[in-house]
Amino acid sequence: MAVVITQLFNGISLGSILLLIALGLAITFGLMNVINMAHGEFIMAGAYTTYVVQQAFSHYVPAALFNYYYIVAIPLSFLIGALLGFVLEKTLIRFLYHRPLDSLLATWGVSLILQQVARSIFGAPNVAVTAPAWLDSGLTIAGAVLPYKRLFIIALVTICMVTLYLYLDKTAAGRKMRAVTMNRSMASSLGVSTKKVDATAFAIGSGLAGIAGCALTVLGPIGSTIGTYYIVDAFMIVILGGIGSLIGTVFGALSVGMLGTVAEFWSGASMAKVIVFVAIIAFLQFKPAGLLSARTRSLE
Amino acid sequence: MTVLGKFWSKQTIIAAISAATLALSGCAASNALNEEDGAAADSSDTVKVGVLHSLSGTMAISEVSLRDAELMAIEEINEAGGVLGKQIEPIVEDGASDWPTFAEKAKKLLQKDEVAAVFGGWTSASRKAMLPVFEQNNGLLWYPVQYEGMESSPNIFYTGATTNQQIVPSVTWLLENKGKSFFLIGSDYVFPRTANKEIKAQLEAEGGTLVGEEYTPLGHTDYGTLISKIKAEKPEVIYNTLNGDSNVAFFKQLKDAGITADDVTVLSVSIAEEEIRGIGTDILTGHYAAWNYFQTTDTPENEKFVAAYKEAYGDDRVTGDSIEAAYMAVYLWAAAAEKAGSFDVDAVKEAAGGIEFNAPGGKVTIDGDNQHTYKTVRVGEIQADGQFKEVWNSGEPVKPDPYLETYPWAEGLN
Amino acid sequence: MDKKKLGYWLFFIALFLGPLYLTEFRLALMGKFLCFAIVALGICLIWGYTGILSLGHGVYFGLGAYCTAMYLKLEAANGQLPDFMEWSGVSALPAFWVPFSNPIFAIGASLLIPALIAAILGFLTFKNRIKGVYFSLISQAVVVVFVTLFVAKQDWTGGTNGLTNFTTFLGFSLASPLVQIALYMMTVIILGASFALAAALTNSRVGRVLSAVRDGENRVRFLGFNPTSYKVFVYSLSAALAGLAGTLFVLQVGLISPAMMGIIPSIEMVLWAAVGGRHSLIGAILGAVIVNSAKSFFSEAYPDIWSIFLGLLFIIVVMFLPNGIVGAFESWNEKREKAKRKGGTADAADSVVS
Repeated sequence: MAVVITQLFNGISLGSILLLIALGLAITFGLMNVINMAHGEFIMAGAYTTYVVQQAFSHYVPAALFNYYYIVAIPLSFLIGALLGFVLEKTLIRFLYHRPLDSLLATWGVSLILQQVARSIFGAPNVAVTAPAWLDSGLTIAGAVLPYKRLFIIALVTICMVTLYLYLDKTAAGRKMRAVTMNRSMASSLGVSTKKVDATAFAIGSGLAGIAGCALTVLGPIGSTIGTYYIVDAFMIVILGGIGSLIGTVFGALSVGMLGTVAEFWSGASMAKVIVFVAIIAFLQFKPAGLLSARTRSLE
Repeated sequence: MTVLGKFWSKQTIIAAISAATLALSGCAASNALNEEDGAAADSSDTVKVGVLHSLSGTMAISEVSLRDAELMAIEEINEAGGVLGKQIEPIVEDGASDWPTFAEKAKKLLQKDEVAAVFGGWTSASRKAMLPVFEQNNGLLWYPVQYEGMESSPNIFYTGATTNQQIVPSVTWLLENKGKSFFLIGSDYVFPRTANKEIKAQLEAEGGTLVGEEYTPLGHTDYGTLISKIKAEKPEVIYNTLNGDSNVAFFKQLKDAGITADDVTVLSVSIAEEEIRGIGTDILTGHYAAWNYFQTTDTPENEKFVAAYKEAYGDDRVTGDSIEAAYMAVYLWAAAAEKAGSFDVDAVKEAAGGIEFNAPGGKVTIDGDNQHTYKTVRVGEIQADGQFKEVWNSGEPVKPDPYLETYPWAEGLN
Repeated sequence: MDKKKLGYWLFFIALFLGPLYLTEFRLALMGKFLCFAIVALGICLIWGYTGILSLGHGVYFGLGAYCTAMYLKLEAANGQLPDFMEWSGVSALPAFWVPFSNPIFAIGASLLIPALIAAILGFLTFKNRIKGVYFSLISQAVVVVFVTLFVAKQDWTGGTNGLTNFTTFLGFSLASPLVQIALYMMTVIILGASFALAAALTNSRVGRVLSAVRDGENRVRFLGFNPTSYKVFVYSLSAALAGLAGTLFVLQVGLISPAMMGIIPSIEMVLWAAVGGRHSLIGAILGAVIVNSAKSFFSEAYPDIWSIFLGLLFIIVVMFLPNGIVGAFESWNEKREKAKRKGGTADAADSVVS
């Protein structure tokens, strides 16, 4: 029983982590159609931001307050990610909207540079982040331990999803963003500043990558190459879910998480990876548009 | 104009050819330049050696420190007057965590720079990639990392531990002190799979039981499922051959799942002082690692070594087993060259057997037969300050046995 | 027309005579780069001419290399089990390894297996009208599958170490400089032949249909062509070229491991074509040579920070030379000629952008 609960929880937890990583891409890639290979490096930037905040707290802030560094690190990671994204959009991406495959190549160059810069600043070895004490230990249900850190990530990704949904659906700026992604020229002729919208959307997507990096510090390593571990999975989840559909991304992440966990339990981690990717490739053969996608009768 | 039309235009051809000529002549020019350098260097009083580690890519995490240690040793030797009256001139190359690049750079160091020796490598794959290059060009590689054994190239000196100097004694120690039921976890590559095959044979022979064996892809970061498998099997000992970043994720998540060093002993063979800092000492305290050297190893040489390393690269840096093995490799080569009276590869190889050196980790001796080194085996417990407390050592340097020929249970493994 | 052909002949003859003016080390490097140039030719065919961006050509390159490496490994083992199988606990040679002891089978397989796998994958995805970005990302997923499998099946493939430490090829010692020179010249000849084949293809009726598929797949379909079969054909051809390059690579470098079929090498392959000029076959060749020379040069000169330069190179090419080096020369020449003819400035409206 405990094993079943743990495994069910592990599946949801892995799904939530994947969703957090893919959420930013769901905007920059799913809505804006930009392939940003440097997305993983924005995750890295978020992780290093958390490290820097922690260092600052342990040096300049009374020890009693140390455990709250994480509260500061989350929004700051978002801001750093968003700032990097904004700069990237203004300097590179905006010239490449009509050449999606070229943006892939250019951002690959950016990712090489960012990795090297991180190595030059923080050194090649991994750095350690001590998770705040209030995330230690876990909740015990029927003999299964549900770590608070994993529960926290599930909560964090839920908050991000809801906020994003409210932003896109209920605010004027969010509606403009959706209008631009649906029909750029129409939105533009109706007076929406597409340039501004593009920059904002890209910054938000990149900021979400920063949050993902911050969250990952409690579970995984913090080094210059961590972005590369997640980037392919994240793209797969977005196309599996269906381009342009945030809910699709949620389903995509959860199904990959569940499938991966079950497959790993029955075989091993390597085979699980193979099974998941073969399943995604096979699924896309039957439903090229993904799990959920906007219905369209247009040809191209 | 169509693409095809464009393609066939006269200008393309001219442009293409001029570009090609440029590229080629660039190649040739840089050649000529470097060869002049080579000639100049020969007549001067320096001897060139190569330093070939990954300075970029995923393996940079571990390998950059080895380069630092080797450069430090070279500097120390130079300050003390060099080797055979010549100053050592290091040529640093980046293997870029990419095995063909290691082969390419090794070839470059041997053929173009004509170095007397190369210090380099970390992963088995990089060593395997360089091995034919060194054998074909009759070069000399000093490989400073513990590895899975089953190899003894005439052109490689192994200053790290082979399995009978790290894994075999640590398994015996665990069986005697920590428990009989083992769970083996490792990254999915050659070292863990080979090591675990040996451990399984040893467990069978020495009365241990195997309750689980799992591999995760390199760079794997979610250990939830593996940890629930561990929980289901309730082992007394986890023998950990995970590599690099995966260790961080595994230990963080193991602790979150409520498993501490009191519940199960984890012994690792890839976690040294530097890795501990990347994982976090709070998470690792109470777990074990097997090495030949710890920063806390109590020898007068080590005191000097640690002080010099910190002075050269900063107070916050730590040493470790592979760093020490890289450092001592330079000294061993220098001693062999002195004894041979020449930098000639065959002469140095001939002279190397039996050379002794008081390394920071204790006395080491080169075994002339398999070109490994006699090393003292140590098991340490990780302390809250990120350092090891030695809980056991082999007392005297252990003779290297890369093919485990002296262990009856290992028969049929190779 | 004659001048053009003369140019190509001169170019390939210059390459062919490499052993006369390159040192042994530089020659080995150039040989490796020319293998990459063959891959780049294939990329150019599918990307520049047909508009399919594959980020998974590392797999085809790797499969080709593995086929030949299996033969070399068996020859080196001299009738016994290959060393890595012994220490992986395999007692008898796996059945699928057996035919690879025949060099003709092995080299044939190094072309056909990549082509076959590409044909199956291409048939499914192109028939389901998966294209553009989707196809690129699916091809990355294929890379992940193959790399993970090759690493995990260590007893069959040598795991992360891959296959290495070969001795002879058809009885000739691979360590001998003469054999290496012969292999280099063979590479140049095969590169030249591949180039001629690709040029003939792009100049033919089929080549025009391929370009039409790139510019308007549905229009081609409405005109009664079946774009799927054209795409499958060119995709398999480019996979076979990659496999062939893999064979030549493994003969000269003496090593193949799963890392070389991974995502990073696969993306780099596309970058070679992009830097040289994705619409130009000769550009693809130049791109492969230039990017890899730059990589070697930067990493020799600045081992600590060279990847920054490489990253900058890619950004600069994409931003300022969208059609690569050859494209830039072309438009520069065009502008000059137009200026000469009209005495006015040229507009870049007809530059090709995909």
